[in-house]
Amino acid sequence: MFKYSVPLVIFIVLAIFLALGLTLNPREIPSPLIDKPAPTFSLPRLQNPEQSLSPSDLKGQVWLLNVWASWCVSCRAEHPVLNRLAQQKLAVIIGLNYKDESDSAKNWLSHWGNPYDASVVDAEGRAGIDWGVYGVPETFVMDKQGRVRYKHTGPITDDDSVEIFIPLIQKLQQE
Amino acid sequence: MRPIKKQRLLLIALMLAGIGGAAAFALKSFNENLMYFFSTTDVVSGKAPGDALIRIGGMVVNGSVERPGDSLLVRFKLTDFNRDVPVEYTGILPDLFREGQGIIAKGRLNGQGTFIAEEVLAKHDENYMPPEVAATLKPDTQNNAQ
Amino acid sequence: MIAELGHFSLILALCLAFILGVVPVIGSLRAIPGWIMLARPAAFGQVFFVALAYGCLTYTFISHDFSVAYVAQNSNTELPLLYRISGVWAAHEGSLLLWALILSCWTGLVARFSQTIPEPVIARVLGVMGLISIGFLLFLLLTSNPFERLIPAPAEGRDLNPLLQDPGLAIHPPMLYMGYVGFSVAFAFAIAALLEGRLDSAWARWSRPWTNIAWMFLTLGIALGSWWAYYELGWGGWWFWDPVENASFMPWLIGTALIHSLAATEKRGAFKTWTVLLAIFAFSLSLLGTFLVRSGVLTSVHAFATDPARGLFILVFLAIVIGGSLFLYALRAPHVRSTATFELISRESALLINNVLLVVTAATILLGTLYPLVIDALGLGKLSVGPPYFNALFIPLMAPLAVIVGLGMLLRWKKDDLSAIAARIRWLALISVAVGCLLPLLMPFYSWAAALGLTLALWTLAITGLAFFDRLGRKQPVWTRLLKLPGAFYGMTVAHLGIAVFIVGITLTSVYSVERDVRMTPGDKLDMAGYIFEFHGVSQTRGPNYDASQGHVTVSYQDRPVAELRPQKRIYRVRKMPMTEAAIEAGLFRDLFVAIGEPLGDSGAWSLRIYYKAFIRWIWLGAIFMALGGLLAAFDRRYQTLSNKQALTDV
Repeated sequence: MFKYSVPLVIFIVLAIFLALGLTLNPREIPSPLIDKPAPTFSLPRLQNPEQSLSPSDLKGQVWLLNVWASWCVSCRAEHPVLNRLAQQKLAVIIGLNYKDESDSAKNWLSHWGNPYDASVVDAEGRAGIDWGVYGVPETFVMDKQGRVRYKHTGPITDDDSVEIFIPLIQKLQQE
Repeated sequence: MRPIKKQRLLLIALMLAGIGGAAAFALKSFNENLMYFFSTTDVVSGKAPGDALIRIGGMVVNGSVERPGDSLLVRFKLTDFNRDVPVEYTGILPDLFREGQGIIAKGRLNGQGTFIAEEVLAKHDENYMPPEVAATLKPDTQNNAQ
Repeated sequence: MIAELGHFSLILALCLAFILGVVPVIGSLRAIPGWIMLARPAAFGQVFFVALAYGCLTYTFISHDFSVAYVAQNSNTELPLLYRISGVWAAHEGSLLLWALILSCWTGLVARFSQTIPEPVIARVLGVMGLISIGFLLFLLLTSNPFERLIPAPAEGRDLNPLLQDPGLAIHPPMLYMGYVGFSVAFAFAIAALLEGRLDSAWARWSRPWTNIAWMFLTLGIALGSWWAYYELGWGGWWFWDPVENASFMPWLIGTALIHSLAATEKRGAFKTWTVLLAIFAFSLSLLGTFLVRSGVLTSVHAFATDPARGLFILVFLAIVIGGSLFLYALRAPHVRSTATFELISRESALLINNVLLVVTAATILLGTLYPLVIDALGLGKLSVGPPYFNALFIPLMAPLAVIVGLGMLLRWKKDDLSAIAARIRWLALISVAVGCLLPLLMPFYSWAAALGLTLALWTLAITGLAFFDRLGRKQPVWTRLLKLPGAFYGMTVAHLGIAVFIVGITLTSVYSVERDVRMTPGDKLDMAGYIFEFHGVSQTRGPNYDASQGHVTVSYQDRPVAELRPQKRIYRVRKMPMTEAAIEAGLFRDLFVAIGEPLGDSGAWSLRIYYKAFIRWIWLGAIFMALGGLLAAFDRRYQTLSNKQALTDV
């Protein structure tokens, strides 16, 4: 009688390990940049390509760099959260428009609202390499000295916004 | 029925012997072919065995890739943002090998602490980082995020 | 609109799957004819709606509808039509839809070609398939909807992953899925038999042709995958023991055991519970393969974007399907009485040894694939199991199998006389060994591994031939006798010849191939196995959606030009992704393989990868033979004419 249950038992053990394996999945991809100066770039602005922007222009301010693209589905989920965050005017929000077509990007912003104080165009993804961008969206928080203090991988949810971003920004503003 | 039972017993015995042999053999070659994975910090602090085939992972340090001479030898440094390990590889690098990319190298350490790679793997997906590499980098961020 | 139509028809398909999974099964258990009769229409309806949904997604790809997120992420206006069609299954959502489509097609085919099977049985079988379909359709709709909109639509799509822009890979997933999902038929027949509590040989006869077809597709799918990895990944290997490859190979091994075990169950009523278990395993491993590929729990060169939430869904689904069926097995199997007896020297024994070897091989591969995961889960560190482990096990386990293959065909069912057999085959055995040991003398150098491989191949060939002429008999003219042989016998013969071809391929490739990574400046020559490779430099060229550096290499043999090879290094414009395209001059006895690496210095020098691959085509040729064997066996006349009568006598 027992021998016919052996496959079932083996499977149950296997399933437990598979379940444990799932929880091990690295959801958060860490950044090497934490507490290091923000990598520099000088990229054209999306709305005004003659003007360029670089991180040194933002020294002395707390600012966010949000990596986004119009082809990115998760960015769309994140967008209302960013819009709400932008309304509170806690910090400068810069968009890094990553490997995108500028026309679709502008279109996208006019349709969904523009939370960014400025967006810069990284069509080839070169700045993305310096910043260690692995997926879109990603968000970096910089302090007044221009150091990277936090990196968020994946879309920001409302909870993230309230529990992580707002307290962190407030803390950095006081530093 | 007797001879049939006897034969069946023989069949089962043969089978068990076969499976037992296979299992013993499997476990032996299993132990010989396990490749442990180490971060670059582990390697520098001497946790990695000196002679065994291992895998190490990390990011390719910016500006560290060089090709000395006319051969296919490449030197670069791998890092987990704590310690760096110099790596040497002779051959053709994968398409997605580039500075700032997370990669895995398979090979052995030589006496001077240089990792001699037999194989270098980079993944064909820009959203992808080898999970092992991500894990070695992970504790670092958690500390910093607090 | 089209995308919404697709989404809507998926929902309708799910409703039909619910009806199919519930009503006919209850109907058959309670003997309500009206409910039983619902099975076929529900199955056909499901095919219609899933196919409609699939058609809608294909249409959005062809018409460049980038307002559909999935299309925007996997297509581009510059993408050629072929890849817009195959792009449908290039990523997670679409390949799941393809899976669901294939599952419903198999369900529809079973519904259509099962007129001879009693209605309550077929109602249960279709019901089980409906239950599986519910799982996949729910998975699609809840976690991976391919019809999700992206508004406003981007002007341009992100393009298909360059790795997948290749004709070989375009047809690889459908083939593989046909195989994976095809095992659901045998699984459904087995579960239906368990539900009924009646494990006779009838279910084995009914599921045999389906299993053969599924096995054929899986064989072709794996071979295509191996061929693709050979020329597209640019490494020149044909098998890497990568977790994703293992995930497809395990169901193949169990499926191979299953088609042999089904034969014994059908013909002799032997191994009844064992065969049921194999049917459950074959499909379970197919599901496990999906889990491993789609959840990202294992590291693999086949990097698909992964998502733990989806992994959790598949895991729960796995737990229900596999756990449930093994539970049912544990309940019902103890009540099955085995009446079949056989002696040590019999075809049953040979099949049993075949089964044990195949299952043990699959188990060792499973161990090697999952062990890193287990160690990680226990927090004992990170490790991986290297290819040498798999090679070290695969060869000693498969070599005895090759010896047994021919013997099984010669042995009679139930009881045979070993000394009589030995007397007949000893000369063949001697000749195989002698010729096998002499043949490597013709090669550049002598190798005992090659001698062993060739001996095994010759032995398989000789015994298969002997069994064939035995069966042919001598009484009538040859062509009448040839016509009279059943398709199943032809199938078996061809598949076993395929094994011989395959053994020659893997042995000679691994022994006699030469591989070099070299630095070459234009005008440099390299001598490899008598072939002179001359490098003429690299120029720039442009494809429909990529720019490329193209190398130019000419090959000559004994001063005669053999080939002009133009390997490329492509940069796909949208994803900025580099890709190596090897150039291959294929031949029956050798392939010449050239790939370019990167420029070295300013002198026009490049790194080049140059391979001479001996007999590598035989590997895939062997697989084609095996697949052809599966096809021939599936279309045996016996399944079409006799099954009804025999089903009745069995009742």
